[in-house]
Amino acid sequence: MNTEKKLIIEAGRTEKHYWLDLWRYRELFYFLAWRDILVRYKQTVIGFVWALIRPFLTMVVFTVVFGKLARLPSEGAPYPILVFAAMLPWQFFSNSLAEASGSLIGNANLISKVYFPRLIIPASSIITGFVDFLISALILAGLMMWYHFVPDWRIVTLPFFVAIAFAAAMGCGLWLTALNAKYRDFRYIVPFIVQLGLYISPVGFSSSIIPQKWRLLYSLNPMVGVIDGFRWAILGGQSAVYMPGFLISTGVVLLALVSGIWYFRKTEKTFADVI
Amino acid sequence: MDDTVIKVDNLSKKYILSHRQRESYAALRDVITRGVQNLGRKILSPFSGSQSSTTEEFFALKDVSFEIKRGDRVGIIGRNGAGKSTLLKLLSRITEPSNGRIEITGRVASLLEVGTGFHPELTGRENIYLNGAILGMARMEIKRKFDEIVAFAEIERFLDTPVKRYSSGMYVRLAFAVAANLEPEILLVDEVLAVGDAQFQKKCVGKMEEVSKNKGRTVLFVSHNMGIVAQLCEKTIVLEKGVLVFNNDTPLAIDFYSKRGSQNIKKIQREDLSDKTNQFISVKNVDEALKEAEAFDYDEEINLLVELNLSRWSQFLELAISLYDKDKKRIFTILEPLAKYYTGEKIMRFQITIPAKFIAPGRYSWLMCMPLPGIENYDLLDDICKFNVLETGSEFARYYGRDYGVVFARYKIKKLKLLG
Repeated sequence: MNTEKKLIIEAGRTEKHYWLDLWRYRELFYFLAWRDILVRYKQTVIGFVWALIRPFLTMVVFTVVFGKLARLPSEGAPYPILVFAAMLPWQFFSNSLAEASGSLIGNANLISKVYFPRLIIPASSIITGFVDFLISALILAGLMMWYHFVPDWRIVTLPFFVAIAFAAAMGCGLWLTALNAKYRDFRYIVPFIVQLGLYISPVGFSSSIIPQKWRLLYSLNPMVGVIDGFRWAILGGQSAVYMPGFLISTGVVLLALVSGIWYFRKTEKTFADVI
Repeated sequence: MDDTVIKVDNLSKKYILSHRQRESYAALRDVITRGVQNLGRKILSPFSGSQSSTTEEFFALKDVSFEIKRGDRVGIIGRNGAGKSTLLKLLSRITEPSNGRIEITGRVASLLEVGTGFHPELTGRENIYLNGAILGMARMEIKRKFDEIVAFAEIERFLDTPVKRYSSGMYVRLAFAVAANLEPEILLVDEVLAVGDAQFQKKCVGKMEEVSKNKGRTVLFVSHNMGIVAQLCEKTIVLEKGVLVFNNDTPLAIDFYSKRGSQNIKKIQREDLSDKTNQFISVKNVDEALKEAEAFDYDEEINLLVELNLSRWSQFLELAISLYDKDKKRIFTILEPLAKYYTGEKIMRFQITIPAKFIAPGRYSWLMCMPLPGIENYDLLDDICKFNVLETGSEFARYYGRDYGVVFARYKIKKLKLLG
């Protein structure tokens, strides 16, 4: 009996055991992610193939427009692989933003009825984005076989860049989720960010074509570092990472992650009242 | 070790009502414009503060304190908006208090609505796992209880059907079954029993009783249904406008609540009469000297004075008066065709006398209206002019407080000779 923990609820009391609580609710986290994945392609005819078709078609269009028509440089790799190496993290990022920002509202009934660390909801929706990421990684593997493209040792560093992509998706996702719970304006802002971001991030082209004097500024876009990293790891050979830019970009990602968690936790307690 | 599992101290929850905006959520535009406005105001008159006159504080709960011991089953009753659900939300950590403190020992599970988190596309089996996780069960625990849950819900055949194809009864049964097989130390329940058929409700009440009696769990139960509260809970808390007004044994609390029940309209007195409809001008209880009264001795006549405004006369118009007991159960109805008394006047006045030694001590109220049978009920006044009949020495005085009925029976009894 003495092992029972005493819970104290007070106004403005920051939960000391927040991270412990998060750990305790890990099963809920699995189940929510599992539910989102299970439900995602229910009542569709071709199911998870959608996760393949969308990035593949975008890749085809970008290859034609930027590679064939504009004849941009390809860092020595086949243009489709150049595009797809960037498409992977970008799709992950943009899907995560879209899913996460709507996730609180989609689960409003849960939030107003049951307690659990709210962080679980956007986090589990980012996991669904990650599953799509893994599925579309199959396309990349297919493309590499098609072009007989063999990556060098750098491929083993890929998980590191995946982690940065995760941090970027999580950080920006948390900001948008928390803001969207209170200000529904973000319902309209998010699709816009996602659409615009595709063109201002180096997805269809290599970031080496950006003039040198703008590159630092350009690196403020958190996805620039991630995408460059992905290309560096996957394409190998001639592709190089512009180090100052990569550090700035990664710094922005970490800042977004830390501040995102901070802002989310700050507003979390009022979600049930405002949603 | 102390046996108190829930300790609530001066708990308050405040909401800010804004009269400015109609939307339920803030639009960014509003926040920005308001910020600019406030800034402008500050520049123009820097010492006036930024207090906007259009916001209003509203206390959903105010300074509520109580303690609950291990194994207690406690009811929480109160009218809509009394703060019952807010209290449960605070206890279950869904929202944060504005003031005060709660101490809880043990695992809390709340059942604020059955089927929370059910996903219509998922099957019954999948939803059991999902819902269990949402309610705080570990996967192993759900696995262990799976068969029990399915049996309780009586849905064996539909386990692999998406719940969107379930009937609403099956849905509720499944949802309750998951929740009922939770094993928290403290269970918070809100109105879930309002759904489902009578038989299933009985099963649910039984399950909750079993959980608390045999396993020593604490149950907090919010409901409008006095019957279930009376059956299930030993103690009851009465909330009124966010304030705890009563906290004691259930029968006392229910008695208290029904007395505070509706606002007591002592009498009806209307000034603004319409000439388009039939209305009561005034209704009041009076004693034998025709003085207004609220309490009558049991051996005193009860008089009701009624004044009618008959702007739409019809020869079929009736006067209908019913007497309610404290639970709003109808004791009798008087029905008088008005044509019997009509001599062309626009205003009629009646005195209705209930004989002495007829109504048993207790609390009563009236229902009245003027029906035009099958066409319209003019001016229905429900639960008005409450009055008390006092126990001042009837033959049942020794049984005061017991329920021996609401009327003293008129009967004959005679002793019969034994045959043979």
